Amino acid sequence: MAPLLQVSNLNAWYGESHVLHGVDMTVGEGETITILGRNGVGKTTTLRTIVGIIRERKGEIRFAGKDMANVPLHKTAHNGIGFVPEERGIFSTLTVEENLMLPPVVAEGGMSLEEIYELFPNLQERRSSPGTKLSGGEQQMLAIARILRTGVKLLILDEPTEGLAPVIVQRIGEVLKTLKERGMTVLLVEQNFRFASRVADRFYLMDHGRMVANFPVAELPGKMDMLHKVLGV
Amino acid sequence: MTMIFGIPLQAFLGQLLIGLINGSFYALLSLGLAVIFGLLRVINFAHGAQYMLGAFAAMLMLEYFGINYWVALILGPIVVGLFGAVIERTMLSRLYNLDPLYGLLFTFGLALAIEGTFRYLYGAAGQPYSVPAQLAGGTNLGFMFLPIYRGWVVVVSLVACIGTWLLIEKTKLGAYLRAATENPVLVQAFGVNVPVLLTLTYGLGAALAAFAGVLAAPIYQVSPLMGSNIIIVVFAVVVVGGMGSIMGAILTGYMLGIAEGLTKVFYPEASNIVIFVIMAIVLLLRPAGLFGRDA
Amino acid sequence: MSEMTQTAAKPRIERSATASRTYAIFLIIGLVALILAPMFFYPIFLMKLLCFALFACAFNLLLGYTGLLSFGHATFFGGAAYFTAHVVKEWGFPPELGILTGVVGAALLGLIMGFFAIRRQGIYFAMITLALSQMFFFFCLQAKFTEGEDGIQSVPRGHLFGFIDLSGSTNMYYFVLAVFLIGMVIIWRFINSPFGMILRSIRENEPRAISLGYSVARYKLGAFVMSAALAGLAGGLKALVFQFATLTDVAWQMSGEVILMTLLGGIGTLIGPIFGAGLVVTLQNYLATSQFPVTIVTGVIFMVCVLVFRRGIIGEFYASRLGRKLGFEHRR
Repeated sequence: MAPLLQVSNLNAWYGESHVLHGVDMTVGEGETITILGRNGVGKTTTLRTIVGIIRERKGEIRFAGKDMANVPLHKTAHNGIGFVPEERGIFSTLTVEENLMLPPVVAEGGMSLEEIYELFPNLQERRSSPGTKLSGGEQQMLAIARILRTGVKLLILDEPTEGLAPVIVQRIGEVLKTLKERGMTVLLVEQNFRFASRVADRFYLMDHGRMVANFPVAELPGKMDMLHKVLGV
Repeated sequence: MTMIFGIPLQAFLGQLLIGLINGSFYALLSLGLAVIFGLLRVINFAHGAQYMLGAFAAMLMLEYFGINYWVALILGPIVVGLFGAVIERTMLSRLYNLDPLYGLLFTFGLALAIEGTFRYLYGAAGQPYSVPAQLAGGTNLGFMFLPIYRGWVVVVSLVACIGTWLLIEKTKLGAYLRAATENPVLVQAFGVNVPVLLTLTYGLGAALAAFAGVLAAPIYQVSPLMGSNIIIVVFAVVVVGGMGSIMGAILTGYMLGIAEGLTKVFYPEASNIVIFVIMAIVLLLRPAGLFGRDA
Repeated sequence: MSEMTQTAAKPRIERSATASRTYAIFLIIGLVALILAPMFFYPIFLMKLLCFALFACAFNLLLGYTGLLSFGHATFFGGAAYFTAHVVKEWGFPPELGILTGVVGAALLGLIMGFFAIRRQGIYFAMITLALSQMFFFFCLQAKFTEGEDGIQSVPRGHLFGFIDLSGSTNMYYFVLAVFLIGMVIIWRFINSPFGMILRSIRENEPRAISLGYSVARYKLGAFVMSAALAGLAGGLKALVFQFATLTDVAWQMSGEVILMTLLGGIGTLIGPIFGAGLVVTLQNYLATSQFPVTIVTGVIFMVCVLVFRRGIIGEFYASRLGRKLGFEHRR
C-alpha cells in the first residue's frame, strides 16, 4: 500500500536562501514519525512546506495519492492535513471555545466537542476566557485539540513540548498515544529526545536541509552514537 | 423659557440632536474603516466616496427606476458593496504585501476618480432627496420638535452599529475575521479561504458606508463632494478612537458628533474644527488613542 | 515605510565615477534648458512648473528620505502663499522679505503640525497631517486676512532688493529660477548631510536608530520643519508669480497633488519630483481647456502608479538598462 504522505526531492526557499535541499520521506497510515535534528537544519521548514505555507518549493508532495503541488493553502486542510505551529497560534481575541471551533471540519471521523472536553477537561472549564489567558501547556492542548475536531488524517506538530513543564509533556505524550489508538497519523518535529523516543514509531534525522537517516524506534539503542554526533547532545 | 448654561433649552437640545445625527454617521463610517483596516491593513480613503455612492444610488434608483427609499436602503449598499468587492479582488488585493501607505494612496486615487466622475456627470451642486412619506413630519416632545426622519436615522444607525459589532464579536464569521486579523496564514492553513474573507470584508465595509450614504440622502444634499468632506473628519475620529476596537470606533463616533453639536451652541465659529482640536489634545495626552491597542 | 522607500537613492558617495560624470552632464544640460526655456514656452507656465517642482521636491524630502507620508503639505504651501501675499500687499514688504516671511510662517506651521503628527507612525501620521491641514483650511476660510472665498488678489510683485523690477515676466522668471535652484541646492545639501544620513537610517530601520541612541522624534521633527519651510518657499514664490493666494492652495486636493507628483516622478529620487510636477502641471494646463475634469485623470493616474508604476519615471529610468549603463544604481 502506498504511504499516506510521500515527499520526494523537496526543495524550498525563503526568498533568496535555499533551505531544503531534496528532502525524501514517507509517512505510512497510522504511523507516528518524528523528525530529529539540530536547530536550523530545516525541520520546521519541512513541515511548513508540506502544509503549503511556504510556496517557493520544488519536488513532489503526495498525500493520500494526490499531488499537493498546486493545492492552495486553504485547501490543504480539506485534503486531510492538520497543522499545529510551533508558536501554537492561539488567537487572543477569540475565547477558548471559539479557538476550538475555529478550524472548519473537513471530514467525518473527527472528535466531537464532548470527546475533546473529556480528553482536555481544563479547556471546558475555561472555555469562555480569552485563548491567550491559558497557561502555555493549556494553549498547546488547545492547539492540538482544535485540529482533532476537524477529522484530518495527518496531524503535523511542530515542537509540541517546547518550553513546557515535565508533567505537561507527559500529558501530551498520553494524548498522542490516545490518538495513535484511534488510528491518527502523526508527523512531529521534536527537540525533546526522551519524549520523542516514547511516542514515535520511526525517526528521520535531518541535517543541512535533507534527511540523513531513517530508522524505526527498535533500532534506536544502536544509533545513539551517531545521534550524539549529529545532534551534538 | 428654560435655560441651560445660559442657552435656551430648545437650541441646546436641537444641536444635541444634530450632533447625535452627525455622530451616527461618524460612527457608521469609522466602524467600517476599522473593520477594513483590521483585516486588510488598508486605510480606505474611498470610504467617503462609497458613502457618496450610497446617497447617489438612492437618488438615481428613484429617478430612473422609481425604486423607493426602503428598497434603496437595502439595494444601495448591496450594489456599492459588490462594486467594492470587485475593486478589492481586481486591484486592492495586489497591494497587501506592500507598505500600507500604498493602500492609502490607491484608495485616495479611487476616491478622486469616483468623485470626479460624479462631478462630471451630475455637477458639483447638491440635489435634494425627499424624506420617505412614512417618516415625514415630526413630533412634539414637549420640550422640542423632533423631525421623525432624524429620530429614525439615530435609531437605525445605532442598530446597524450594534449589529455589526455582534456580527464580529459573536458569530462564526466574526471569529474568522478576528482570527484572520491576528494570523491570516494560520487561518488559511486551517482551511478558511482568507482571500475571499478579505474581499467580503472590503465589500461589507463599502456597503456600510453606502448604507450611511442612503440614510444621509434625505438629510444632507446629495452631492459628489459629500464624501470627501466627511471622510477627513472621520479620519480624525479614527485617530482619536484608535482602530484596535470596533466598539471604540462606534463610541468615539458618537462622542465626537455630540461634541461638535454642542460646540455649535456655545462657540459656533469653532464647530467645524472642534473634532480636530480634540484629536490634537488626545494626541498629546494619549498618543495611542482612547481605545488604541495598536501603535 | 520600508517597502515604499526601497526605491530610494543610496548616498551619493557610493556612486561610481561614471555616475558622477553622467550626473554632471545631465546637470549642465538641465541648467541650460532651464535658462533657455523662456524662449520656447510661456514664462508663466514655466514659473508655475518650477514652483510645483520645488514644492514636490520639498515634499519628497520628507516622504522619500525620511519615510513620512504627509497628507497635509498644502498647509505649508498655501499658508506661505497667504503670508507672503499679505505682507507684500498690506505691509509693503519687498519680494525677498515677503518670501522669507512665507518660509518662516510655513516652518512655524510645520513645527506645530509636526509636533502632533510625529506622535504616531505610518498611516496614522498621514491621517493626522490630513486632519490638521483641514483644520488650517477652515481657519483660512474664516480668518480675516485671507479674505475668505476671494483670496488675496492683485499682489504686487515689487522690486527685488529695491531695484530689480519683477513685474515683467523675464525678470520674474529668472528670479523664480534662482530661488528654485537655491531650494534644490539646499535639499541636495540636506540629504547628503550627516542629518540626512541619520534620517535615512531612521527610514530604513527605526528601532535600530532608536537603539543606536538617536532621538528619532527630534530628527523627524527637524525633517518635517525643513520640508515645510521649503514647501513654504515654493508657496511664497507662487503667490508672487500668480499675484494671488486662495483657498485652493490650502485645500486637501493640493496635498494630494504633491503626493502624485512625487509618486509619478519617483519617490526618493532627487530629481524625480521635478519631472512628476512637470507632467502633472502640463496635464492640468492641457485639461483646463477641455470639459473633462482633472480629478478623474488624477485619480486614475494615482491608481495606475500605485498598482504598476511604484518606482516612478526616474526610478524606472535608473533601474532600466540604459540607466544602469550610465552608472545609476539599480534599484529593486
